[in-house]
Amino acid sequence: MSQIHVTTSINGDATEFLCEAEDTLLDVLRDRLGMTGSKEGCGTGDCGACSVTVDGRLVCSCLMLGAEAEGREVTTIEGMATGDQLHPLQQKFIEMAALQCGICTPGILVAAKSLLEKNPDPTEEEVRYWLAGNLCRCTGYDKIIRAVMETAADLRRAS
Amino acid sequence: MALDSSDKPRTFKVVGTRPLRPDGIDKVTGRARFGADIVAPGMLVGRVLRSPHAHARIVKIDTSKARALSGVKAVVTRADFGAVPDSVADVIDNCMAGDKALYDGHAVAAVAASSAAVARKALRLIEVEYEVLAHVSDVDAAMKPDAPVLHRGRQEESVPEGYSQNVMSRVEFGHGDIDKGLAEADRVVERTYRTGATHQGYIEPHACLATMGPDGQADLWCCTQGHYMVRNTCAAILGMEQGQLRVTASEIGGGFGGKTTVFLEPVALLLSKLSGRPVKMVMSRSEVLRATGPTSSSSIDVKIGMTKDGRITAGFAQLRYQGGAYPGSPVDMGSMSAFAPYDLENVKTVGFDVVTNRPKAAAYRAPGAPMAAFAVESAVDELAKGFGLDPLEVRLKNAAREGTVASYGPTFPAIGLEATLEAARAHPHWTAPLGENQGRGVACGFWFNFGGDTCVTLNVTPDGTVTVSEGNPDIGGSRASMTMMAAEELGIPYTQVRTIIADTGSLGQNEVTDGSRVTFAVGLATIEAARNAKREMCKRAAMVWGIDEEAVEWVDGAARPAGPNAGKHDPMTLKEIAAIASNTGGPIAGHYEVNAEGAGVSFGTHMVDVEVDPDTGAPKILRYTVFQDAGKAVHPAYVEGQFQGGAVQGIGWALNEEYIYGEDGVLQNAGFLDYRIPVASDLPMIDTVILEIANPGHPYGVRGVGETPIVPPLAAIANAVSAAAGVRMTDLPMSPPRILAAIQGQKGG
Repeated sequence: MSQIHVTTSINGDATEFLCEAEDTLLDVLRDRLGMTGSKEGCGTGDCGACSVTVDGRLVCSCLMLGAEAEGREVTTIEGMATGDQLHPLQQKFIEMAALQCGICTPGILVAAKSLLEKNPDPTEEEVRYWLAGNLCRCTGYDKIIRAVMETAADLRRAS
Repeated sequence: MALDSSDKPRTFKVVGTRPLRPDGIDKVTGRARFGADIVAPGMLVGRVLRSPHAHARIVKIDTSKARALSGVKAVVTRADFGAVPDSVADVIDNCMAGDKALYDGHAVAAVAASSAAVARKALRLIEVEYEVLAHVSDVDAAMKPDAPVLHRGRQEESVPEGYSQNVMSRVEFGHGDIDKGLAEADRVVERTYRTGATHQGYIEPHACLATMGPDGQADLWCCTQGHYMVRNTCAAILGMEQGQLRVTASEIGGGFGGKTTVFLEPVALLLSKLSGRPVKMVMSRSEVLRATGPTSSSSIDVKIGMTKDGRITAGFAQLRYQGGAYPGSPVDMGSMSAFAPYDLENVKTVGFDVVTNRPKAAAYRAPGAPMAAFAVESAVDELAKGFGLDPLEVRLKNAAREGTVASYGPTFPAIGLEATLEAARAHPHWTAPLGENQGRGVACGFWFNFGGDTCVTLNVTPDGTVTVSEGNPDIGGSRASMTMMAAEELGIPYTQVRTIIADTGSLGQNEVTDGSRVTFAVGLATIEAARNAKREMCKRAAMVWGIDEEAVEWVDGAARPAGPNAGKHDPMTLKEIAAIASNTGGPIAGHYEVNAEGAGVSFGTHMVDVEVDPDTGAPKILRYTVFQDAGKAVHPAYVEGQFQGGAVQGIGWALNEEYIYGEDGVLQNAGFLDYRIPVASDLPMIDTVILEIANPGHPYGVRGVGETPIVPPLAAIANAVSAAAGVRMTDLPMSPPRILAAIQGQKGG
């Protein structure tokens, strides 16, 4: 079977790859491009560990085909920090112990960043519902929610 | 290793603070490498074929068509493993079925192929002829004499006559005279409680990468709670020498007990051996749920007597746990822990370990204890409420304390149960008003805490920074804790120490990351390794100064002359000593190897408010507070995290989570959509109160904290739901339909 040639942008870098028709975007990122920051926790869109944005929209990369990335702009956890400067959410997650094992962390950070871009002043309930598609089994979510709320407050003060 | 004794409490400089975790940046940037995040040149993809039947004899497996497929490099079935020692016979049978498939999802064959697509195609070409057998999924049904039998001739002599051969063993604990105690009671509650099987639910599926050469040397990378266990188990199964198999633990994406055994690892090693290529295997989520360790489901009878002033006169429980397809449910630990929070004259527990056609139970956070606590703490609550007594006062009146002979045998040293109860009673949560359809529940929980084999090596580098090598995968921040204890002991900044998890070739045997043992045991070994390094550094300074090494002491990160020599020489800092190490005898290190004893037991008390919608039965957690004794909280943020995470896993167990089997014995909810773990929008903040009652068995007083937090929630929530709904809930999970049925049953009755 011939592979599909895809031209796309990943974290701002022009990227080309070949993939099988059935490869998910997550398969492409992890297995063809070596970008293993996005995790596969379920493969069915239930856990959010593979969260990325495509043209600014938050998606589970396990539910999208790699071929569908043609002409799109994809951002992943690998694109969140700028050089050696962590994104404020990344810094706050470390400071507030908002991760334990860390497997869900990339997806939660990508999702939280997407939330704050849309809603810089979310209520606790809004944060909880926005992140309801990102499963974390370690933390009970408490420190995650607090870290997102505090980052939002910091960003509002800075702007 | 006893608590450092002194007249005044020790003042800590690093321990008790909240520094940034050393693996933080890797984990927030996606750089951290978990089980599935590694590749090797020329690697193959391994996949497993699994039984679609709950119980079936494997008549024949024909792999010839799969082997003939282009790109297939190896195919294995159980026959390829040959004979194995008895100690790992059940382990390999669980990894790859022998004569019978014992549960839906049981592995029957595996392939290694050039791509995932070829591997999937190869699995479809494997022809398995099954003779489907009658099956049994329920624990009480499996105990009946006419139940379908999984294993013949393996029942222990401890089991009385009249039970099915599925009942593998019986245990008994306690002291005193139950009948006498019950006769002294003003009221006796006797009830049966049931809990569903729940999965640990770690977000990272099992994954490994195996490389094995024709010379017998092998390397294995895997996500596990114990790579030394993986090494020893795989070596036994494959007939290898342990020293020839080097296992490296990846970052681990959650375990909670479920990664304390092997599933893929021996299979990947054999596929690699046969193919001559590295083999990577990663489970899908449905494979994780169908074939890896859930915890036991349980059925428990409790009988407790109480006087009208709240004194428990007798406690009895019969616990029946199904542990899946092989013996080894945690009913022993359930039976030991059931009444541990109480100081009782008359107490007895009897436990039955039962096999069923379900995946073999693996440890799950305080294995066996949450179900037992659910039953006992529900009954105690019912008795207290029946007499109009305050449930916290009743627990304080009967609380285990220093000197109590525990229901399972030992006499407790200093413990923190009363402190947690008193903190709960004094907390504003306890007196906050409740609204309509709301109820408040409390419950206590206990966990033993483990020690075990532990090795730590601490190296002083030439520039005077320090590396700590330990052998226990860091599952929730333990590298930070070890770094803190090393820095504390050496008197140097936290940032000058780096802790790594060493592979199995680098240290001696280390027990698995389980039993809440790591902060206690590895911490103890880290402290002692640092002390050994300090002794060596004092010796080097003494050599330079030309004085007796006993006349040198270590203060604030430097060697100082002591006693009659005090003040005669300037202190030599760790950096200064490190810089001249080569000229004073060579590199400096401290190491410590121990079978750690003295892990202090742990107690907690949980308080929860729940609202129940009377029309739908839907429960909502409104407020939750955890009170637990940590001995000494090394990194309080991660102690709080353990409390919060354990409580929320307990909330899932109490309200949502359950393995659902149909009549055909096939798991119906093998995915996160239908096996629903708590999500952020289900929950409030989880408040925590850390108590610190020093563990006499650790130099800094540390107790393990990881497991106790999952013990009280089941009962605390059941007590709250029962109060809110006005009817006693005895079966978990308390799903909305189950609560609604109970409310309607109450009205109807």
